[in-house]
Amino acid sequence: MQKITKDQLVEKTVALLSDGTVSAVLGWSRGEFDYDITPAVFKTAEDLKENFVWNDFCGANFSKYLVAQTGKVEGKILVFLKPCDTYSFNQLLTEHRFDREKVYAVGIPCEGMADIAKVKEIVGDGIVSIEADGENLKVSTLYEDAPALVNAKDVMAERCVNCKSKKHVAYDELMGDDGEVIESNRFDEVARLEAMTPDERFAFWQNELSRCIRCNACRDACPACTCEKCVFDNPASSVENKAPANSFEEKMFHIIRAFHVAGRCTDCGECSRVCPQNIPLHLLNRKFIKDINEFYGEYQAGAEVGSRAPLVDYTTEDLEPGEVFDRGDKDA
Amino acid sequence: MRKVSLDSINKVFAKISESNKLYLPVDGSDGVAVYTEWSEGKEWSNALNTVRSPKDFFFPQMENLMEFKTSGKNIELVDIRDEKEDFVIFGVRACDVRSFDILDRVFLSDPVDSFYASRREHGIIVSVACSKPSETCFCKTFGIDAANPDGDVTAWKTEDSVYFVANTEKGEAFMKKIEDLTEECDDSAVTAQKERIAKIMEKLPLADLSTDAFGGGKTDTFFNAPEWDELSQTCLGCGTCTFVCPTCQCYDIKDFNTGNGVIRYRCWDSCMYSEFTKMAHGNNRLSQKERFRQRFMHKLVYYPENNEGIFGCVGCGRCLAKCPISMNIVKVMKKIGGNKSE
Amino acid sequence: MNKMEETLIPKIGVITDVRIDTPDIKTFRVVTPDGKKAFDHRPGQCAMLSIPGVGEAMFSITSSPTNTEYMEFSIKKCGCVTEWLHQAEVGQQITIRGPYGNPFPVDDVFAGKNLLFIAGGVGLAPLRSVINYCRHYRDRYGDIDIVYGSRSKDDLLDYKEIIEEWSNDAGVNVHLTIDNPQEGWDGHVGFVPNFVKELGFDTNKTAVLCGPPIMIKFTLEGLISLGFDKTQVYTTLELRMKCGVGKCGRCNVGSKYVCKDGPVFRCDELEELPDEY
Repeated sequence: MQKITKDQLVEKTVALLSDGTVSAVLGWSRGEFDYDITPAVFKTAEDLKENFVWNDFCGANFSKYLVAQTGKVEGKILVFLKPCDTYSFNQLLTEHRFDREKVYAVGIPCEGMADIAKVKEIVGDGIVSIEADGENLKVSTLYEDAPALVNAKDVMAERCVNCKSKKHVAYDELMGDDGEVIESNRFDEVARLEAMTPDERFAFWQNELSRCIRCNACRDACPACTCEKCVFDNPASSVENKAPANSFEEKMFHIIRAFHVAGRCTDCGECSRVCPQNIPLHLLNRKFIKDINEFYGEYQAGAEVGSRAPLVDYTTEDLEPGEVFDRGDKDA
Repeated sequence: MRKVSLDSINKVFAKISESNKLYLPVDGSDGVAVYTEWSEGKEWSNALNTVRSPKDFFFPQMENLMEFKTSGKNIELVDIRDEKEDFVIFGVRACDVRSFDILDRVFLSDPVDSFYASRREHGIIVSVACSKPSETCFCKTFGIDAANPDGDVTAWKTEDSVYFVANTEKGEAFMKKIEDLTEECDDSAVTAQKERIAKIMEKLPLADLSTDAFGGGKTDTFFNAPEWDELSQTCLGCGTCTFVCPTCQCYDIKDFNTGNGVIRYRCWDSCMYSEFTKMAHGNNRLSQKERFRQRFMHKLVYYPENNEGIFGCVGCGRCLAKCPISMNIVKVMKKIGGNKSE
Repeated sequence: MNKMEETLIPKIGVITDVRIDTPDIKTFRVVTPDGKKAFDHRPGQCAMLSIPGVGEAMFSITSSPTNTEYMEFSIKKCGCVTEWLHQAEVGQQITIRGPYGNPFPVDDVFAGKNLLFIAGGVGLAPLRSVINYCRHYRDRYGDIDIVYGSRSKDDLLDYKEIIEEWSNDAGVNVHLTIDNPQEGWDGHVGFVPNFVKELGFDTNKTAVLCGPPIMIKFTLEGLISLGFDKTQVYTTLELRMKCGVGKCGRCNVGSKYVCKDGPVFRCDELEELPDEY
């Protein structure tokens, strides 16, 4: 159950729209089902009152939309940012990807978002409504007479189970209380992969990446992937491919992407959320984050605007390449 | 009508596998059902459908078309097409069976695409009726009966048995192979299931979705509709909808230099991609709105215009379930069709 | 095994002649390795040419169908495939498949009519095929007017053929223009659309337009101001293509596929298409 209500958000937004503070609002728009929520740009109070929604399925991170939308809107655009979204917001500002002056950021607390796949694992298919009911979600289906009560914690998305921060690191205005950075277990799964033999690890990724349909959703949703022209869209790059010519190329796409966002990935988890094939892509990025933490000291991308990421910052204490090499050798 | 007990269905699979490759939905380690070649120990998934549609069997995501060997100024072309063997796709849902008809109208129209045609010729489709449709299902909108799918053989799965009826010669041959494992039966159980499913279909949230506003000749009605701006405003421009769609059939042809020759291959492409219409001297669809519009206009207006009113959608609901921003053909139909149907 | 015919599988072609037409256009003569014409075609139809490893692209067949010995392609350098072709020498093999698309209606609609061909730049390439076809069957058509313009005298495609052959034909009037004045040029100077209006053609003609989109747009407006109806005017479209047979989806505009339903369209047919070509 989210602590802040949809009505509070709509009330706040309508006020800011009508006093001219903002001229547009990036928010969640209701769909056919309670979990079927589309990011939308709202421009009128009527539209907001009718279509705005805030519930346990508002997982979309709006930070990246600011790159395009700030250029399209006269005046300021209001954006709702959950704590994890604020890290992407800062990282994009660090990379000068949008004009901060064009944005009115409203921080909102988040109790974790649900994963509809997990809901369906418990209650089955044919969901006709999902309502928040205290700590539970009340789920009605076509196939059961009585609605099922599912504890929200049991159907939380992986990235929320391993939430790294309830603290907003950027906002113009905060609704509700701010939280704290959390000691999460998000690197446990990475550690489990590290403990595998190279063959086991190869088999793990082979199995996962074999399902990739190369739809580019991970890249297109990723707030760190904001290149105007991606190397994988450039016919002159010789790696431009809709489909891989072989399985090596498939892995290459994901590995190159992980390298490109290394040090800039805030671990927002959008890549895994949007993957139609449920590939745990965030684990590739988390591996980089864990390595960076271990090699260069704790670093959280997006924690502040303008920070120098270890990979693009030279210090005399930096790890020597040989030390990394030795570590790799030891693992092999 | 013949039946086999559910306990013995693996015997049917084993029997078929003796002579043909048999593919059926099997749950993967992450719970996602994937069409997998059957072998001992593989269990037929209970999932309603696979994320990746069975269009792969006829129009694979990637296939080699030909090879070239070059030396100096000379080119040698190698026709690598090989003789296909019969194969069975088991457990295809009604929506996906219809998708093959929609693909046929593209690939089998003159000039016939021989790569597609040879696979189609060798594929034996065993469909299965849906017993628990999802809220995302809207096949009924396109006149598809989830309880009575087409295919070479139609199957119905109940609590304890699987029932079969052959619809084609290929289907008869399939039934002949498993004759010893199946027994003749009446259709009372199947009739009961059909009635039960029909009632569920009525109750589905999208049961009332109508195509009335759409069809051939409606380009002027919809092309400049102001709603496209809003519908497409947060589209990421990824290819998820296209690639999970059983009827999307656009493709790219590319050359891959192996260092030892050139392989010319074909792969799925998406009209949602920025490069799709890019030429050396320009691009006729510069914005995501134009690309987004193309995909839906094609399914709802252009395709029916060229194909006797048949729509380029089967209501399988994959795009509803998988679009990263939950934008999909249902929202498009309701938004732009809503105020235009008389 | 008896393999089905497959349009995507090309034939091998050999470049037997390369003519430098303008600073950025070359004309390539192509035959099969045994010296024959790769296939028959109609005026206005296209072929897919490729260099394995570089790519495949659609080009209009410049030579007339009445030429039974070889095909010619006038190709402007503007992308990967064309750049590669411009470096090719005589004897180079390429691949070729086709013919694709609908031709100009030379045997029915055009028969007995006065014809007005208007081209800009490399837009003469597809028109050369139909012009030479009509010249070959000269008695089937009325008067032929050809308006052709380019940036400069050096950029006029097929200049030699135009001066030495077309201009000398009875009943064929050639009107050339270049964009800017140039030493050694005493002909007309100015853009094609204005030139067409200045020439002020009678509307008893069927017109065929080919050139850059902006030229087509203004020339069409000019023709209409002269009293032409859109049903009297034909043009060609060019969009990205991969298959050439209306399946890959790239050149789909409205319910039409430019590769299969075009490239030749009558201007009133174009009006029925959504505006994205």
